[in-house]
Amino acid sequence: MIEVKDLTKSFDGRTVLHGVNATFETGKTNLIIGQSGSGKTVLMKSLVGLIRPEEGQILFDGRNLLTMKDEEIKNLRKEIGMLFQGSALFDSETVLGNVMFPLMMFTRTSRAEMRDRAMFCLERVNLKGAERKYPSEISGGMQKRVAIARAIALNPKYLFCDEPNSGLDPKTSILIDELLSDITHEYNITTVINTHDMNSVLGIGENIIFINKGHREWVGDMTQIYNTSNQALNDFVFATRLFQEVREYVAEHGTIEQREKHNK
Amino acid sequence: MLITKSLATFGRYCMYLGRVFSLPDRWSVFGKRTLQEVSKLGIDSIPLVIIISLFIGAVCTIQMQLNVTSPLMPAYSVGLATRDIVLLEFSNSILCLILAGKVGSNIASEIGTMRVTEQIDALEIMGVNSANYLTLPKIVAFVLFMPVLVVLCMCMAFIGGWLVATVTDLIPVSRYFYGLQTMFIEWYVWYSLIKSLVFAFIIATVSSYFGYYVKGGALQVGRASTNAVVCSSIFILLFDVILTKLLLQ
Repeated sequence: MIEVKDLTKSFDGRTVLHGVNATFETGKTNLIIGQSGSGKTVLMKSLVGLIRPEEGQILFDGRNLLTMKDEEIKNLRKEIGMLFQGSALFDSETVLGNVMFPLMMFTRTSRAEMRDRAMFCLERVNLKGAERKYPSEISGGMQKRVAIARAIALNPKYLFCDEPNSGLDPKTSILIDELLSDITHEYNITTVINTHDMNSVLGIGENIIFINKGHREWVGDMTQIYNTSNQALNDFVFATRLFQEVREYVAEHGTIEQREKHNK
Repeated sequence: MLITKSLATFGRYCMYLGRVFSLPDRWSVFGKRTLQEVSKLGIDSIPLVIIISLFIGAVCTIQMQLNVTSPLMPAYSVGLATRDIVLLEFSNSILCLILAGKVGSNIASEIGTMRVTEQIDALEIMGVNSANYLTLPKIVAFVLFMPVLVVLCMCMAFIGGWLVATVTDLIPVSRYFYGLQTMFIEWYVWYSLIKSLVFAFIIATVSSYFGYYVKGGALQVGRASTNAVVCSSIFILLFDVILTKLLLQ
């Protein structure tokens, strides 16, 4: 579990995060949502240690990232996997080389064992057969899946995903969402996803944190979001006609889960 | 303002070098990457060094012959002057200025692109010292391979002069070779090698520094690459003066 307490961050005198409090639960897909410029990327970068906040605490299972020594941070990072918006695969390495990279840097197993582990991770993301290709030779969706395979290679306790669906078609987006959700439950990982994608919000949002103008305005799950009274959240999630109709339909008939429960 | 900014940049460069010169996380990975960099930065530069050295050697010989017209000057002085120009300046300073363009822009654009595509952030989040992982193999590879390029440059420049002597009738080949050997000072070769090692270090570190701290996109990567070449060239010229004063006085 990751707990964020009273997190404050400013840039050039402009406060971007105003004492944000949030809890990211283990074994759940935790989504950070909000408009562009709301501070969610700053929150995500603070969580992974790329930005240092001025005040507050970031507790990884009780260990405060902001008071850790360099060596402790280095050890913590071995427990973290991250999926970047642009995948951030190493161009000079093959798909297999990318997935083996963290294993080569941080494990003392034989090359054959590393290869087996990397192949297992690639199989897990349905990419068996692509191991000899270079990142430039595969599609954006495949690159995302390679990045997921690389992120889970070291069995991380915490998985961070920055806009995992950006630049992908809706079908591939759903595949990536399902993959992230499955991996989270299968390995009991604390997954934090920073997203704009409303399909993700309504599809895999088990713990949603809505950030607006640097404040945490709302917390709930994907079923509660339909009934929220928060105007900013309503305007953000149900901005399009399609999602407004979805909300009206759900208000009338309930969500799929609710209908299945009712039928049973 | 300019002084403050320059001092701040120099301070950040020193701190960057502090991160670069730490023990590698994995020696085996470091060794593999160093060999790759030897190939990319060193061996790939060989054709350029050969072509430039051949032509400059040839041009030096022609210029010497055409300008040394006094009957009091012996014919072998053409070979002698060509040799000293090559050993004292061309094989180190001029060669490194040219390599600053090729190798420097290569390093800056490669690391800069890794920065803007978040590959460096990915390394950092994994717990890898990205400055050390990316830059140290480049510095070690380029500094170690530089003497090879310098010696190759000297040989090819002399061959360029020999080709001129052979193909044209400007100077007899025997006089040219006699000039190359006359009053030879071995220290000049060491002087050239010492200078080139310093210049190789400047090119590798300054270029990687500019690439590492790129912010923005493709435009900024291009700008960083240009700045890396310009800055490396200025430092090469500055250290050329300092080292010449120190080593030849």
